[in-house]
Amino acid sequence: MEGLTLSDAEQKYYSDLFSYCDIESTKKVAANGRVLELFRAAQLPNDVVLQITELCGAKRLGYFGRSQFYIALKLVAVAQSGFPLRVESINTVKDLPLPRFVASKNEQESRHAASYSSDSENQGSYSGVIPPPPGRGQVKKGSVSHDTVQPRAAADQQEPASPVVSPQQSPPASPHTWRKHTRHPSGGNSERPLTGPGPFWSPFGEAQSGSSAGDAVWSGHSPPPPQENWVSFADTPPTSTLLTMHPASVQDQTTVRTVASATTANEIRRQSSSYDDPWKITDEQRQYYVNQFKTIQPDLNGFIPGSAAKEFFTKSKLPILELSHIWELSDFDKDGALTLDEFCAAFHLVVARKNGYDLPEKLPESLMPKLIDLEDSADVGDQPGEVGYSGSPAEAPPSKSPSMPSLNQTWPELNQSSEQWETFSERSSSSQTLTQFDSNIAPADPDTAIVHPVPIRMTPSKIHMQEMELKRTGSDHTNPTSPLLVKTSDLSEENKINSSVKFASGNTVADGYSSSDSFTSDPEQIGNSVTHQRSHSGTSPDSAAPPPPPPRPQPSHSRSSSLDMNRTFAVTTGQQQVGVVAHPPAVPPRPQPAQAAGPVVHRPVDADGLITHTSTSPQQIPEQPNFADFSQFEVFAASNVNEEQDDEAEKHPEVLPSKGTTPLAPPPKPVRRRLKSEDELRPEVDEHTQKTGVLAAVLASQPSIPRSVGKDKKAIQASIRRNKETNTVLARLNSELQQQLKDVLEERISLEVQLEQLRPFSHL
Amino acid sequence: MVHTSLDVVDEKISAMGKALVDQRELYLGLLYPTEDYKVYGYVTNSKVKFVMVVDSSNTALRDNEIRSMFRKLHSSYTDVMCNPFYNPGDRIQSRAFDSMVASLMPQVC
Repeated sequence: MEGLTLSDAEQKYYSDLFSYCDIESTKKVAANGRVLELFRAAQLPNDVVLQITELCGAKRLGYFGRSQFYIALKLVAVAQSGFPLRVESINTVKDLPLPRFVASKNEQESRHAASYSSDSENQGSYSGVIPPPPGRGQVKKGSVSHDTVQPRAAADQQEPASPVVSPQQSPPASPHTWRKHTRHPSGGNSERPLTGPGPFWSPFGEAQSGSSAGDAVWSGHSPPPPQENWVSFADTPPTSTLLTMHPASVQDQTTVRTVASATTANEIRRQSSSYDDPWKITDEQRQYYVNQFKTIQPDLNGFIPGSAAKEFFTKSKLPILELSHIWELSDFDKDGALTLDEFCAAFHLVVARKNGYDLPEKLPESLMPKLIDLEDSADVGDQPGEVGYSGSPAEAPPSKSPSMPSLNQTWPELNQSSEQWETFSERSSSSQTLTQFDSNIAPADPDTAIVHPVPIRMTPSKIHMQEMELKRTGSDHTNPTSPLLVKTSDLSEENKINSSVKFASGNTVADGYSSSDSFTSDPEQIGNSVTHQRSHSGTSPDSAAPPPPPPRPQPSHSRSSSLDMNRTFAVTTGQQQVGVVAHPPAVPPRPQPAQAAGPVVHRPVDADGLITHTSTSPQQIPEQPNFADFSQFEVFAASNVNEEQDDEAEKHPEVLPSKGTTPLAPPPKPVRRRLKSEDELRPEVDEHTQKTGVLAAVLASQPSIPRSVGKDKKAIQASIRRNKETNTVLARLNSELQQQLKDVLEERISLEVQLEQLRPFSHL
Repeated sequence: MVHTSLDVVDEKISAMGKALVDQRELYLGLLYPTEDYKVYGYVTNSKVKFVMVVDSSNTALRDNEIRSMFRKLHSSYTDVMCNPFYNPGDRIQSRAFDSMVASLMPQVC
């Protein structure tokens, strides 16, 4: 279709109409019957209607997709204005009034049209509109002749449109109308058709300044039932669809201001509900959410820890139960932290709830967190969830939205209407809250071991993997792990988690926040790191380049363990350490720990916290050749490794043997680290190194696979394979950790018994 | 019932000493002469205990079924835990959790 540029008002109007026609709520196709009915209502001769249908491409496609529908609407406006119907006229006709549809329901439409037509001017002025002043005299608006397209400040009634008008976007009013509409479903078109949409727009602009109008509009649903006309489409059967449309409009509104307006509460009422489309987040809203996210978490790719989010949302004064429900819905990957998408979804739900909309039982599709990089969101600002899933076939999160895959396509249009944005009252007081998620990610107490079992969801990681793969297009040599690494780098939190995981394997198990991402990426990272280590040994950090993707911020070093690692490396002739420190992705410590001579207790802890395995110290030299034998490793790495080996014969022996023996040995057990007690450190170190070696080997092999493929799909399969391997490794790790835990518990019991003995009379 | 549950808890405490991580902890021994029901216990790594009381009237559930039920329960519980608004110790009011538990019921009943 030809490029179609719509003004804001037009967009809103069209989306409303589309929703109206979208009786099946497919959001993609407007029912032909409805559409034709609508067109007939436009009072155009039949042949014109046919011509329009043809022009917009619906005939070709056989159905009215959203873009076709919009084009058709535009053509209707063109035709109604008397312009010849041509394809070019879609974009060339300036200041085209909104199409007018005359028919029972069209009263509203006509009203809308009128209002829309005027709103182009008005829209701009609406800046503050979102929270239309509650008291607005919508009634007075009603009286205003709708014929006057000029912007009239007052007409709240127009509200239907006006609410939408909200500040930033002019389009808006639709939400209003919708709202009204919802309140007076029956009211519909009737009453004051005149007051007409037109005036509203303008008034809004002006009214908005007063902000009263908007609020009035909302609050005064009752008075202006007619207003709803605008929504009147909604009256009729499509009420639900209208609702859906609304959210968009509401959103527009709300986003904006929130902070300032005291009336936000009123506005909130406006629309948040969006049960289908209504849940769309408008651009303004999204921007607002993003800004709020930044106040908590400057890194847009990072996470907001649960406690921070809790404080933040508590300020909205919603009951805890509802906040809890919102959290359940929005924390998509169940990691206890909110990504930007999750945060936006949660915020949106809060706004909706404050506006009076009930929370859905399951997360609306439009609120699904996008699994793909945020950069995609630019296209679909309001459809955050949809794009995300395109990549992940298998993982598709689950259950939340069965239709997600279908949402992958981004609709040509935009979103919709402005929604009343609600602002938390405290917002103005700056919600600088909480903690950086950083602290959350790494549980303060490394020895916490297992807080509670954390179901590892592979999905998110896989999804991220997809992201990574998408990102990987550029990187040539990146292994499959690279994407993960890259991805993790995007998510600082994940990096941290990964790093922490690497270094303190216990963390992933214990830390509720550790998402599957960490897990999945972890082994790979570890592998990479291991690989790097070898490669780096003795060489500059840059050497790590080959296998790992662009150096990550060293997430692994964020934790104390990293310090240890550094120390460890330092001790160990710094070969590996250099590599490790320099290259974030590599999980350096792994192999190292084993190597450190026994005395260096830290090493094992730092490196991988592997649980003690039988150390195979003796074979140092013989092992070294094993390194070279690992074809899987990057040549570079291999060479480095060899170098290392020369330097640290003893270091590698354990690693090597482990590598050679158990190529798929249990994944490095970073988690173990935490759990180990001092006496276990040694044996663990050995085990650790072995595991590291094995893991590295495994990981090294993995990267090579995808690389050769070079296709996303294959990469995905490879990543799936990797994940499976990781799973097995982690399962073993888990069992080992449990064993450890048992031992510790026994110790504890014995200690308690001793305590009891020492205080024999305390219980008397 | 109350006594039963207390006994169950006590037994669990004793079991803690040894295999705390034993997920299964099938406590299938508690069968009262009159009230024939079975009590299953499940302990998590963080010592959270799940007690399931099953009426023995229906065909005895297989051990695996019980285990799978506990796993699901455990998984849902961790999801609930992830919610920062949830205070450990409070009554769980999560709808998702409740629906999951409800879905388990038909298997047992």
